Amino acid sequence: MEMLILTFTIFVLAIFVGVEIINKVPPTLHTPLMSGTNAISGIVVVGAIISSGAGEHTSGLSTFLGVLGIVLATINIFGGFLVTDRMLQMFKKKKG
Amino acid sequence: MSVFINICYLVAAVLFIYGIKGMTSPKTAVRGNKLSAIGMLIAVVAALVDNNVVSYLYIIIGLIVGAAIGAFLARRVQMTSMPEMVAALNGFGGGASLMVAAASYLEMQHLANASIAKGVPFDHPPLQWSIALILSILIGAVTLTGSFIAVGKLMGKLGDTSQVKMFKAIVKVCFALLIAGSIYFCYGDTMHADTLLIIMIVICLLLGVALVMPIGGADMPVVIALLNSYSGLAGSATGFVLGNNGLIITGSLVGASGIILTTIMCKAMNRSLTNVLFGGSMAAQAGVSKDENDAFYAGKVKMASSEEVAMMLDSASKVVFVPGYGLAVAQAQHATRELASMLQKKGIEVKYAIHPVAGRMPGHMNVLLAEAEVPYEQLVEMDVINPEFAQTDVAIVLGANDVTNPAASKDPNSPIFGMPILEVYNALDRYGQAYLSPL
Repeated sequence: MEMLILTFTIFVLAIFVGVEIINKVPPTLHTPLMSGTNAISGIVVVGAIISSGAGEHTSGLSTFLGVLGIVLATINIFGGFLVTDRMLQMFKKKKG
Repeated sequence: MSVFINICYLVAAVLFIYGIKGMTSPKTAVRGNKLSAIGMLIAVVAALVDNNVVSYLYIIIGLIVGAAIGAFLARRVQMTSMPEMVAALNGFGGGASLMVAAASYLEMQHLANASIAKGVPFDHPPLQWSIALILSILIGAVTLTGSFIAVGKLMGKLGDTSQVKMFKAIVKVCFALLIAGSIYFCYGDTMHADTLLIIMIVICLLLGVALVMPIGGADMPVVIALLNSYSGLAGSATGFVLGNNGLIITGSLVGASGIILTTIMCKAMNRSLTNVLFGGSMAAQAGVSKDENDAFYAGKVKMASSEEVAMMLDSASKVVFVPGYGLAVAQAQHATRELASMLQKKGIEVKYAIHPVAGRMPGHMNVLLAEAEVPYEQLVEMDVINPEFAQTDVAIVLGANDVTNPAASKDPNSPIFGMPILEVYNALDRYGQAYLSPL
């Protein structure tokens, strides 16, 4: 139970951090922000890797689901970061 | 070892925060994005060296396949299709959380069976684990199907439905079944609930469809922002299932970002979130009161040929462009930018007034104009530009009728009444978008 309180504390505090920094992002960059956070949410790949590679206590089905999770999350990571970079480069190369 | 791995996750989370912080200015944004990518690399490497991971073959295959698909999508997508891209990525994120949750359930079951076979008593998984698992499945599955319905609507393949009532009924039934199922799952035989879980996954997938289907195509930007938030929260829930702080922190960052964008979009459209989610299609509710609008402009609108507009622009000292999605559809960004640079060469001040809902998602118009090489310094937000219209000689509205419609501030009967608008009517001369096409 103490563990739950601790993780829940982390969760709530992280939301506050998120609100604080994201409120400072100008509307100009909201689309790249969304695709960038898409990429970041690919962090779930960590869980997928652990699920699919854990030898002794996996079954065929859980490995399959884990690998499917890896594929989906990696699409997010690569798709998200690359498309965000593409957009941001367009903002960068201008001189006013 | 596990201490080291957890520190890696923390470092990754910190890099993500710095990465988002970089997004606060276009100058630092590219670097910020790269910092986030480094954070992700650290997290993935940490996961790979985890003691529990023993077989790498399938993992590598999964990573390569995902990377190839992701890179392909990122290179090929058109800037005008960015909302579809983001919606699809939301869906993949939700789907990944769903897969991980299901896989962890199977693992836990496997562990339980193994210890029973050995004669070792197995502790029933704690209640919070069961709750986190159900939340992870629920949010993940809803995000998965909801996002792909949103993609279909954005692409115009799925129209607005007339059966709003039916979908609302389905949503209620799904929720009732899910609550009953969750209680049974948590307090029943948690480790032998495969069938129950499969049924619940199917219900959650159906729920995603039924939630998004009745929402009108015009409201999709809000839906994408909301699903963006869900995909983060799904990750957080998965973090609770696995007891992984890195996932929890990162998921909540994404969740917060999505919620903020949702609020901004709702405010810009003067609608409450519940109204967007449960109000049905806006188009079905009311038609734009055209008469009122005509009355407002009656006698004030002059027809002009392109030569006249050219003369008008020639003598202007300050010109404001008001781009809307119509501009993007007509692919007129480049023509507009060329006109703007010609004006600038003559020493005329040029600005772009960007309404928060211009384009098809938050900040979309800025991206489209940036693609046409418009300097971001010239892109001005609504609240900043509105007081300037009175000193503007010519305002050129390009396919942005709703966000400049004075009915929104003056006509209480208008369906968009109360929506903040760009006060173009304060400019001295007005010309519709029809006149730019010959330029």
